[in-house]
Amino acid sequence: MPEARAPSAAVAAKGPLWATFGPPAFWLVAFFLVPMAIIWAYSFGHTVGQTSIVITGSLANYGRAIAPIYLGILGKSFSIATLTTLLCAVVGFPVALVITFAPARAKIWLLMALMLPFWINLLIRTYALMAVLRTRGFINTSLAALWNAFGGHFTPLPMLHNGFAVVLGLVYVNLPFMVLPLYTALDRLDRSLIEASLDLGAGHFRTMMNIVVPLALPGILSGVLITLIPALGSYLTPDLMGGADNQMIANVIERQFKRANDWPFGAALSFMLMYMTLIAIAVQAWVGRRAEKRKARAA
Amino acid sequence: MSPQPIAPLEYHRRWPLRAWMGGVLVFLYAPLLVLVVFSFNASKRNILWTGFTLDWYRRLAGDADLLTAFGNSLTIAAVSTGVSLVLGTLAAVALWRFRVPMRGAFEGAMALPIVVPEICMGVAMLVFFAKVLPWPADMVWPLSLGAIIIAHISFSFPFVAVVVRARLASFNAEQEEAARDLGASEWRAFIDVLVPHLRPALISGALLAFTLSLDDFVITFFTAGPETTTFPVKVYSMVRFSVTPEVNAASTLLILITVVMTAIGMKLQGKDAAGLGGHG
Repeated sequence: MPEARAPSAAVAAKGPLWATFGPPAFWLVAFFLVPMAIIWAYSFGHTVGQTSIVITGSLANYGRAIAPIYLGILGKSFSIATLTTLLCAVVGFPVALVITFAPARAKIWLLMALMLPFWINLLIRTYALMAVLRTRGFINTSLAALWNAFGGHFTPLPMLHNGFAVVLGLVYVNLPFMVLPLYTALDRLDRSLIEASLDLGAGHFRTMMNIVVPLALPGILSGVLITLIPALGSYLTPDLMGGADNQMIANVIERQFKRANDWPFGAALSFMLMYMTLIAIAVQAWVGRRAEKRKARAA
Repeated sequence: MSPQPIAPLEYHRRWPLRAWMGGVLVFLYAPLLVLVVFSFNASKRNILWTGFTLDWYRRLAGDADLLTAFGNSLTIAAVSTGVSLVLGTLAAVALWRFRVPMRGAFEGAMALPIVVPEICMGVAMLVFFAKVLPWPADMVWPLSLGAIIIAHISFSFPFVAVVVRARLASFNAEQEEAARDLGASEWRAFIDVLVPHLRPALISGALLAFTLSLDDFVITFFTAGPETTTFPVKVYSMVRFSVTPEVNAASTLLILITVVMTAIGMKLQGKDAAGLGGHG
């Protein structure tokens, strides 16, 4: 994208450049890149004694990280995140569709209603959901009352501290992330294409599958990515809502840095998570670019 | 009055889609609503409604730990928002206006704090403040929050930069040139011409930075020493160890703050959108 630039700017004095560029560049290097670099270096080291760490350049930590037990946790994190993203897409698509075709006033209200939870503290939202799901929470209590009214004996449904709870919790907190990019993509579509498809006799479902989804693919992909990344690295939801076997990679990393006190291994695990995230971004950019190219060729 | 027949593209009027939308809204809001309602419930058991009370709020007002945590969170958010706004705007303007050295690398690095998983940044901050820049635990109050504030600025200002850059794309550089031709210094032109144009972006950037800071648990959890707690860290330990309506009351207060802030932000932006719409 070409950017508007004052012609005189290129030859301007160095003073204003460093006055504007200097502070953010310094901050980024000192308080973000340096800490990340230290972690990266630690991932090639090992602990000596209680607290000191020597960097030896060995790959032993990464070797441990791909041992079956940790690889299994990485795989589980990835599948939980993927399932969450898929559910968010399925739940979010009709919502985005309704918002796109709603009249202007309703559109604003609906968008706001979906955005508001995104602004509310994640911990509070998780806590609110837990209160509904717990053994003596609202769903189980209501069900028990219903059951007992018919003279049955009710055993509370286990809805917390299991895999179901983790996925539900992740869908709950990440759904707004998915709906907004979906809405942006659908809103940009040429509506006459949908009309043409309907006029030519395709049903609504077929029109969605064959016309709307392919055209909105770049938007759908960015929604997928924007949901997948936080879901993959989630710490709070599995920590509070999951049981012992639903811990995700972030929980394992936390344990290495706090209780287990094995920083080099924790560093290696957190870089594995980083690489997974960056790979996901690269794949999305690649698929998105291919879709754009195909569209350009078709036009 | 009989309703109009549904036109093919009026998806918002089809009942299955309406029901779906309604279901999603219930899913999103019912737990929050329950939480708010039961912060006024007289029973400690939390499930059955036994009567209205403000007891939990009264107890909250007497809970010194929680109030300190709350004050800490607001202070951290305010300072971090201020600094992030300045740094983010400077970064956006530098990228837009100048031939920045190593532009690609800088842009890529600025995107990193946005995409890096929170846990990775959290542990990086933990190590950084343990080994490189040990933050003295016995500092006087606002300074004792320094490490957390630094961490919050690091993940907030790139977001501000993104928002400001988007707005800069619609700036007509001739306006600034006119100001310069009429004798304004570079600084004056920046303050009097560019900043007013950026106002809506500055408001939404500030709102974003404030909420990100107030919302953050993971990075704070790793950066904070044992002596400093923020509101989310405090709520986390309350949720872990006991569930009392006090947590509901505290959460309700935070939700209220969030809703009010969002409303104010929208109102301010609405005004700007109306006033500056023609230039966009």
